[in-house]
Amino acid sequence: MLDIQNLTVEVGGREILHDLSLNVMTGYTTVLFGPNGSGKSTLLMTIMGFSGYKVKSGRILLNGEDITHMPVNERAKRGIGMMMQRPPNLTGVRLKDLVRITGKGLVDPAVLAEDLNMTSFLDRDVNVGFSGGEIKRSEILQLSAQQPCLLLLDEPESGVDLVSIETLGVKVHDLLQGQSHCAGWRERSGKAALIITHTGTILDYVEADRGYVMCNGTVACSGNPRELLAEIRKMGYNECIRCKLNRGANLIEENI
Amino acid sequence: MVTDEEKRAKEALKKEGKFGESIDLDAYEEGSRGLASADSLEDLPKDTQQTMLDSGIVPSQQGKSGTFLLMDNTVVHSTTLGSGVELMPLRQALKVHDWLKDYIWKAVQPDTDKYTAETYLQNADGYFIRALPGAKVKLPVQTCLLLKNRSTKQFVHNVLIAEEDSEFEVVTGCATTKGVEKGLHLGISEFFLKKNSKLTFTMIHNWSEFIGVRPRTVIQMDEGATYINNYVSLKPVKTIQTYPTANMNGANGVCRFNSVAVAHPGSSLDLGSRAILNAPGCKAELISRTITTGGTVIARGQLIGNAPNIKAHLECKGLILSEKGVQIAIPELEARVPDVEMTHEAAVGKIAQDQVEYLMSRGLSEEDAVGMIVRGFLDVGIRGIPEHLKAEIDKTLLETNVRGM
Repeated sequence: MLDIQNLTVEVGGREILHDLSLNVMTGYTTVLFGPNGSGKSTLLMTIMGFSGYKVKSGRILLNGEDITHMPVNERAKRGIGMMMQRPPNLTGVRLKDLVRITGKGLVDPAVLAEDLNMTSFLDRDVNVGFSGGEIKRSEILQLSAQQPCLLLLDEPESGVDLVSIETLGVKVHDLLQGQSHCAGWRERSGKAALIITHTGTILDYVEADRGYVMCNGTVACSGNPRELLAEIRKMGYNECIRCKLNRGANLIEENI
Repeated sequence: MVTDEEKRAKEALKKEGKFGESIDLDAYEEGSRGLASADSLEDLPKDTQQTMLDSGIVPSQQGKSGTFLLMDNTVVHSTTLGSGVELMPLRQALKVHDWLKDYIWKAVQPDTDKYTAETYLQNADGYFIRALPGAKVKLPVQTCLLLKNRSTKQFVHNVLIAEEDSEFEVVTGCATTKGVEKGLHLGISEFFLKKNSKLTFTMIHNWSEFIGVRPRTVIQMDEGATYINNYVSLKPVKTIQTYPTANMNGANGVCRFNSVAVAHPGSSLDLGSRAILNAPGCKAELISRTITTGGTVIARGQLIGNAPNIKAHLECKGLILSEKGVQIAIPELEARVPDVEMTHEAAVGKIAQDQVEYLMSRGLSEEDAVGMIVRGFLDVGIRGIPEHLKAEIDKTLLETNVRGM
């Protein structure tokens, strides 16, 4: 579904992602691990197409179509939807109006909000005065209306209390399994997700198929997400870097 | 016999206004005082009725407790439907109520500038509305000030009185009929809010490209009075300069000014609001949201704290949606006693790109995203506006060409 090839990205004149390649297959839930500042959020923001994330080289393909330089809304139309970590405040824009418009009038904001315990937020301005956990629920509410085919979730569990995490996790699960609104994709069963997580809590609710570890703006490792998580817990990220360097050295040796 | 007031007015005929570009009063013809009266607003031409609707005035009078229409300088219609409220032309009211002479020209001084002076000397007519003591008038009174003929100067003098413990709402729509490109509107408004009364006053300006507008409004507030002022100007206009002032003379008064305005290319808007808190426990909030799509807008605001235990906040926010547009925000705080809480917040700039892209990531086109943000921006300024007017304003906003850069 999503194929990222040799992506190099600059933010504010500084190169953050270097020659990064990864792919997310249809029907697969893919998890991104990595220390703070390794470029995980940058990768998601670049896939969504936000300005300020400048692609210097490489390509982003969505179902074979090159979307590297496509406007944000065109990507959304093609089925990408994102949960941002720090979305901007929209003063004067009520959450219910945004949910209604996002759902193209086909959803009832009140019904969706009830599921997420967000009813009292519908008349509030989007994100204004929301706590960290409330922002996550508001983002999931919007995504429930949007019904994307490729979910980009930036730390869905951070700042969420223990009770809400269950609601949120179930909702993410529903989003991945539920009916797609995307024309032409409806028949195909699989949706996909690219999820950034530090704690792995979200993995209790969604079945993750593949994991990547990012270090210093590129992919250091990939494999079974649960095994990767256990490894990181035990050894830390430094081990990933060391391991990658070793592999690089072995490769050089092999080539010699 | 020439009274002292008259003498002062004559001397002020050359006195320029403190703010706003000078308008040559001799460049306009005096508006007609002899137009035919209308029994019902529904007898007026369809396009005139549409203009009224766009300005928040309902020609059928449905849901209103009174209707008043001034065309050029003629009172064409004045009826009261409900009880608890009096509505009639000011000149007539002066004959009916002898005491009214103690009110007129007491809040606004005739020699303020040449616009007040000319209006004074012209013996201008306008509306007189009075809510009787204790009356809670549910349905709003609507008044319409219409420029009907080209190159006309319209003088208006309005007096509003809220007697003790009364509550009422007034909607004023100011507009030009189709085809009237050039004109001048001078409007004196003197409001008197007695003890524990409440007035919600909404003014919708719906002028056209070559109209000059110089309203002069002062609100006198007694103890415990509440005054809510909503001002909306979304259509093109040549120049508006206005600076309504609330004199909060009684303890525990509350006043709120909400203003939203769009400066189109060629428009020059100088919009202010001022609250003078003269008594303990008074509260004031002045909120303005302005947009330029190519014109100039000056958003002024002034809070003067003259008594202890007052609380006041002033907010001017401006969006610039065109390279040619100019936004000037001038908030002023003045405190003359230590025990006051007065704050202000001013910000001008373009729409934040991250907000636009956030909405685009939900599938909205860039244009729709900008529109939603702009409407949200203005919405904060009109949250106090009566529900029955919101639909009209939303419609106008949708028609207003607001595009991001």
